[in-house]
Amino acid sequence: MLSLFPQFLVNGILVGGVYALLAVGVVFIYKAIRVFNFAVGEMLVFGAYIAWTCISVLKLPFLIALFAAIVCSILLGLLIERLLMRPLIGQPLLSSIMATLGLSVFLRGIISFLWGTDSVSFPYKVFPGSPIIIKDIMISDQLLWGFILGLVVFVLLVIFFEHGKVGLGMRTTAEDHQIAQATGINVKRIFAITWCVAGVVAAIGGILLATRIGLSVVNTPLVAFKVFPAILFGGLESILGAVVGGLAVGILENLAGGLIDPSIAEITPYVILLLVLLVRPEGLFGLRRIERV
Amino acid sequence: MYYRPCGVFDETYSEDVAVVRTPVGWSFFVGALLFLSILPSVSSGSFIANLNSIGIVVIAVLGLQLITGFTGQINLGQAAFMAVGGYTSLILSVNLNVPFLLVLPASGLSAGIAGIIFGLPSLRLKGFYLAMSTLAAQFIIPWLIVNAAPDITGGTKTMVLPAPKIWGVNFNSQERMFYIIMPAMVLTIFFITNLIRTRIGRAFISIRDNDLASEVMGVNVFKYKLIAFFMSSFYAGVAGSLWAYWMRCVSVEHFTLMNSIWYLGMIVVGGLGSVLGSILGTVFIRFLDFSVLAIGPMIGEIFPSIAALATASLGPTVFGLTMMLFLIFEPRGLAHLWDKLRFLYRIWPFSY
Repeated sequence: MLSLFPQFLVNGILVGGVYALLAVGVVFIYKAIRVFNFAVGEMLVFGAYIAWTCISVLKLPFLIALFAAIVCSILLGLLIERLLMRPLIGQPLLSSIMATLGLSVFLRGIISFLWGTDSVSFPYKVFPGSPIIIKDIMISDQLLWGFILGLVVFVLLVIFFEHGKVGLGMRTTAEDHQIAQATGINVKRIFAITWCVAGVVAAIGGILLATRIGLSVVNTPLVAFKVFPAILFGGLESILGAVVGGLAVGILENLAGGLIDPSIAEITPYVILLLVLLVRPEGLFGLRRIERV
Repeated sequence: MYYRPCGVFDETYSEDVAVVRTPVGWSFFVGALLFLSILPSVSSGSFIANLNSIGIVVIAVLGLQLITGFTGQINLGQAAFMAVGGYTSLILSVNLNVPFLLVLPASGLSAGIAGIIFGLPSLRLKGFYLAMSTLAAQFIIPWLIVNAAPDITGGTKTMVLPAPKIWGVNFNSQERMFYIIMPAMVLTIFFITNLIRTRIGRAFISIRDNDLASEVMGVNVFKYKLIAFFMSSFYAGVAGSLWAYWMRCVSVEHFTLMNSIWYLGMIVVGGLGSVLGSILGTVFIRFLDFSVLAIGPMIGEIFPSIAALATASLGPTVFGLTMMLFLIFEPRGLAHLWDKLRFLYRIWPFSY
């Protein structure tokens, strides 16, 4: 078993890359508007299904499908922001949690109505390449694509967030909505942009996942429930934390699943989460907030 | 809070603290109890079965209301604590032959202990982080049930329970189960209504409103959070046990994350921090569910091409939409709507 250790480690890192990508999407929304997006699983399934429809049903080339998926996800993000999130500004924490939970149930119903509940997969490998083998370790090309794309999106988001004018506006908005408005930032536009970015990230993550494990409204959103512990593991406010958390969850899940027992992989993220939260309640890189009455 | 119209005064202390205050209130209260007690003899089996399921869910939702609505700790794992109760009942009644009247509180206790274990992080966590640690319960508990001792719990198999037996009477039909479930529900309502008026309940509410302020004012926040977790999970365990006895079988498939989300949806629709709201919300969502089950096939008859899709997807769509609409338009839920109606009725036709 131990001889397989490097293989599981590599798999873990690569799977962790996709988790990290999705985690970054959720953290991005949280940082900008203090909403934890429980519907990320359904959003990624939505984007992936759009791409799947374009490729399998309409027989379009992959790049057009990717474009269509991103555009549709942006529209979905805008709709969510305008119809659901904007009326809930200023409501307590539970409202935003329940709203995104309700949204996830609602989207699940809509998706299963539009595309059914059966599992589908892409007719061909959308990302070219073949597995790379170094000594005894096989690096799956699909996983590698996911990892690389995850890193690229992460770097782009960090640049966007830390250096652009919009990113600066987002950070201000995260600090205080009213102060942001007073300094002339269009907070509503910031919210809309945030959800657009989240939609794009979810669409890319969804396509990556769908090429690897297939696509179904029942099983694919479950991946999101591995991403949530990754986010809190790293700390809700930290994009770097999301990446570290995603990688850590991917690695530990694969190691535990491979070396101990396959079924233990499902709960590994949560066990790690509980242990980390007991020691560091704000996650590894989270902000330690000082509260006043 | 209960406001009475002007001109109605309390003359003694016991009048002041009474839950049921007016003669009209008493007649409704006694009438409702009488109605419930004769219902099984005048009504059909499937209706009673639906009422039974509602009664069980009301108990679980009241438990959730205690922790989420009154103490302000978001709990995404109520269904998992129900599973603990259900499987405790299975083990006690099948493997150890313990009588039903002991199994029921024992199931509550075991679920309560599980609640304390997963409530321990609440000392230092709040908000999303606590929601996540209860979500962890929702994943870890079913996994333990399936994988830790599959020879006792049956793993993923559905395990069969005997009918509950009290003093030689076999409660083996829906009508008979009604006489176990409804008293349990009424007792739960009674306990929780009174609990939130006691020292403990007031401590819960102060923690919800501001945990730091209540700590400063001398409330032992950690102790009361753990009490809240224990009691909430206790009711979940009792509900899970009743569920197992009512279904006469138990399987982890009955206690999924989806169920936990439904229960949270019920308290949101009913109204956070309201006992009446928990009941109204449960009944409302269940009736929505029943009507969707009835409407789904009808849509299928009109548009046969989408029949299978419509029946499968209508339920979640309607439930998710209801939850979002309530959050946007009536965040205080059906209980607040009811209050407004009552107020309108009282002051009609003048505006105040």
